[in-house]
Amino acid sequence: MPVYGEKVMDHFMHPRNVGEIENPDGVGDVGNPVCGDMMSFYIKVKDNRLVDIKFKTFGCGAAIAVSSIVTEMAMGKTLEEAMTITNKLVAQELGGLPQNKLHCSNLGADALHNAIKNYLEKTGQKPVGEKVT
Amino acid sequence: MQTGRKVYLDYAATNPLAPGVFEAMLPFFSEAYGNPASLHQWGDMARQALDESRAKVASLIGGAPEELIFTGSGTESNNLAIKGLSLGQQAKGKHIVVSAIEHFSVLHSVRTLEKSGFQLTEVPVDKHGVVDPDEVKRSLRKDTVLVSVMLANGEVGTIQSIKDIARVVKEAGILFHTDAVAAAGNIPVNVKDLGVDALSLAANQFYGPKGAGALWLRRGVRVIPLLDGGIQEGGKRAGTENVPTIVGMGKAAELAQKDMPARIKHCIPLRDRLIRGLLAEVKHSLLTGHPSQRLPGHASFCIEYIEGESMLMLLDAHGIAVSSGSACTSRALKASHVLLAMGLSHEVAQGSLLFTMGMDNTTDDIDYVLGVLPQVVDRLRQISPLYHKSTAS
Repeated sequence: MPVYGEKVMDHFMHPRNVGEIENPDGVGDVGNPVCGDMMSFYIKVKDNRLVDIKFKTFGCGAAIAVSSIVTEMAMGKTLEEAMTITNKLVAQELGGLPQNKLHCSNLGADALHNAIKNYLEKTGQKPVGEKVT
Repeated sequence: MQTGRKVYLDYAATNPLAPGVFEAMLPFFSEAYGNPASLHQWGDMARQALDESRAKVASLIGGAPEELIFTGSGTESNNLAIKGLSLGQQAKGKHIVVSAIEHFSVLHSVRTLEKSGFQLTEVPVDKHGVVDPDEVKRSLRKDTVLVSVMLANGEVGTIQSIKDIARVVKEAGILFHTDAVAAAGNIPVNVKDLGVDALSLAANQFYGPKGAGALWLRRGVRVIPLLDGGIQEGGKRAGTENVPTIVGMGKAAELAQKDMPARIKHCIPLRDRLIRGLLAEVKHSLLTGHPSQRLPGHASFCIEYIEGESMLMLLDAHGIAVSSGSACTSRALKASHVLLAMGLSHEVAQGSLLFTMGMDNTTDDIDYVLGVLPQVVDRLRQISPLYHKSTAS
């Protein structure tokens, strides 16, 4: 049996929303080279909604697939809605991840949340509720 | 994406069987199924096959047949050597010396011994993965009972000057073991010439079957068995011998001895073509291990700003099988201790990519890889936040 499922492979082979946004409204980073994966998320916000999301990721197949699907899950959502996306939901949406990848590579939601927090800070707004795990 | 072309470049993981090996094994699954310990003619047949295989494997490494213990793998051979030799001499002392780039079957065996009071000194390596015999000499103590340094490293291909290391260890009157799993059957290995006391090897590294290994142990050296039971393998490894795979190992050893010069002549040009081509085609890449003192079919690299598992998966989609020592490819999610010991950063070690070639590979295979790899690297670098930052600065 392959290590990764079909949906993970699809997002790894054809990642959505790769890149950076010029003059982003928020930027969020997560990870470091020691743990193996690093993700940078860029967001554009309009009327409290995520109108554009892009990512860049250094890491394994799972890390790239996670980043890609997070952009799809969050696109068009309000900031409050986006903050309810958890790493666990992301793994579910991908049809599961190998056990040993659940912690180190499944950080896409955290990176997105960091970008939203960065936006709120920059614009002097109060943080919105975040779901952890 | 899937082109239909298949290129296996993961010989360090395991080899296909050489022609003739499978056929040699077959009768020992069916008509010649006897137990070598049995006294009847069924037993005779198996015992004779075992003796012949023992002679062939011993001949490959220049040892005497009765000095050879068949095991179930290279890992078992290393466990038996490290644990068995250390425990056999613990009255003399409890200090063990190994290099920092040993296989986990050596390193983890020592860790286990540490729990019962043994002490470990890890000898460092230089940037090419070379162990300095003087460093080994400096690490020796009055209570040192065993030194183990691998002959060749499977991850970076570096071949050690075992003869020089063995000399300083033997001068101090200490036992010396070498893990020759990656080397034996691929390059000339002779236990007398090397001057070692114990040497591990495994059949699946020289076109033999998986599940067959051996430990050569100089006559008279005391070893405590890992397995208690009958008196198979001179009482040093209990359990009914796996006759078919041992026969396969014997056949593979015979062929390796006969064909070694031709195999080396086949692999070195492929290796050098890949090294030259890759370093030219892929910017920000480096060769790991020693530039010349390396295994014939072994080309290992770090490709900067991207990670090994994602490269491995994209190459797999093109039908190319390789390995990586990145943290993400290890089940423990730790970067390769070998690359870190050679002074590479975690970030660079993450880009580890390992190509190991053998007799089934052709020049076309290498050119195919050199055509595919730059695209794969570019694609992942476009996604990588590190590449952007590095090129901007």
